[in-house]
Amino acid sequence: MTALTELTIAEARAGLAQGSFSAKELADAHVRAVEAVRPLNAFISETPERAIAMARTSDARIKSREAGLLEGIPLAIKDLFCTEGVLTTAGSHILDRFTPPYESTVTAQLWRAGAVMLGKTNLDEFAMGSSNMTSFYGPVENPWRRRGDNRPLVPGGSSGGSAAVVAARAALGAIGTDTGGSIRQPAAFSGIVGLKPTYGRCSRWGIVAFASSLDQAGPMTRSVRDAAIMLRAMAGHDAKDSTSVDLPVPDYEAALGRSLKGLKVGIPKEYRVDGMPIGIDLLWQQGWNWMKDAGAELVEISLPHTKYALPTYYIIAPAEASSNLARYDGVRYGLRVPGGDLSEMYENTRAAGFGREVRRRVMIGTYVLSAGYYDAYYLKAQRVRALILNDFTEAFKTVDVILAPSTPSAAFAVGEKMDDPIAMYLNDVFTVPANLAGLPGVSVPAGLSEDGLPLGLQIIGRAFAEETVLSAASVLEAAAGFAARPGFTAGSA
Amino acid sequence: MSADEATVRKIARLARIKVKDEELAPLARELSQILAWIEQLDEVDTSKVAPLASTVDAKLPRRQDKVADGGYREKILANAPEGVAGFFAVPKVVE
Repeated sequence: MTALTELTIAEARAGLAQGSFSAKELADAHVRAVEAVRPLNAFISETPERAIAMARTSDARIKSREAGLLEGIPLAIKDLFCTEGVLTTAGSHILDRFTPPYESTVTAQLWRAGAVMLGKTNLDEFAMGSSNMTSFYGPVENPWRRRGDNRPLVPGGSSGGSAAVVAARAALGAIGTDTGGSIRQPAAFSGIVGLKPTYGRCSRWGIVAFASSLDQAGPMTRSVRDAAIMLRAMAGHDAKDSTSVDLPVPDYEAALGRSLKGLKVGIPKEYRVDGMPIGIDLLWQQGWNWMKDAGAELVEISLPHTKYALPTYYIIAPAEASSNLARYDGVRYGLRVPGGDLSEMYENTRAAGFGREVRRRVMIGTYVLSAGYYDAYYLKAQRVRALILNDFTEAFKTVDVILAPSTPSAAFAVGEKMDDPIAMYLNDVFTVPANLAGLPGVSVPAGLSEDGLPLGLQIIGRAFAEETVLSAASVLEAAAGFAARPGFTAGSA
Repeated sequence: MSADEATVRKIARLARIKVKDEELAPLARELSQILAWIEQLDEVDTSKVAPLASTVDAKLPRRQDKVADGGYREKILANAPEGVAGFFAVPKVVE
């Protein structure tokens, strides 16, 4: 029998239904796997007792034929989701000892569907980063290494811990959040599937806020089908999030396998950036052929404001972050560093509690929102954001989905790009536009770089067209037949 | 626009983040570099474009102005660095 940690969610679901193994056995195997992958530093908190208790409940529900959509499936949770009674850190020193007295809507829906919680995964501090290097809890290591090079690599970020544990076979799936690429970029770097749903598809309630007009939760899995299964459990309207949209949640899995015959696939000519490795360009062209072979029609499109997406993002996201992070004041939760008076206590707490990248972004955000600069920076960025959305709206008049690379490079080494914030920001060049436009995007592992690292291709769709996006992604997945494995897994540890 | 040390001091004050004097110059350099990079947006003609704050165009939902939830004082105070007699405690602000 295949090791239980090697299964997809769909296979585990079938095995549990047939009684081939119990949820308790599945949870035990994953609790051991979580321990085995400790060298990756991918978990901030492990919750083995909770996992076993939840699995026992799942076994009872399976026995009495009350199994939910994710009954008995062991998952890892990005430590940005508030979990009742379990330390929630956002990867930051300033949330020291914070134990939420409530549960985020998305995780509550997962538990209601029967999922089993393995622990809380490491991330860039407040989800600000593309490398997982900014976490107060230390960097996460990518389970992949370059061929013939033993230097540790980053798993991408900000959902780096979630990506690493799914790739290393320590969880059947994980959840992340994506503000500028934080699900899709680490998924691409780690050789897994990562889906950012349409803004408003999943509730943001109980997720530690970074940039509220951009943040969106989504699944990270080892197959497109698994992402479809998880999204169904995660999505839905929530009265507690005024931006969550009241639309029915379809059975995404049922959309897989739809024919692509006649589907129009847009190829944006602006998605070729200077210095992009030839391997990524070749893989992208390979992707065009895969879509054509499946009966889709390729259409060259133009998204003329693409080059302005990153600078727009780096005004809007820090601006929203600077107001969201104003709540960390040493009064209501987390770290407090004393000062001579109230003001000095705030300043000392925030200086000690926030890491370098977070301080930098809060200051940029404060600057672009300050009197005299608000119009020139913040309103300007919001106007360019409207143009970027309009680019997509125009393109989707002629095409059904857009095919693009997920990232402009494969995973880089720990410590690289740390001195130059802008070089780091360029990681998100292909992912940020979908966030600014609120559109769904999925990264699918599609090939390997010259030095043996995973590369992803991305499908972007119309708002709330996750079914089309996932069906196109499953065709890419089948054509690519990505079967490479990282050198380090729970089984090999 | 580049940020000088006085600007950094002012932003840090507005953001309530203590910045040591020796950190002012490097921070001014970093912020200036980022600001110079984002100023490429000036190339874009936005004179006829309205600012976009959200991609969700639904009207903000309304509800009755009634208490729907609450009564968690103890649970909330349990996370406070300092709580006294059912309140959050802060350093003295009035002598």
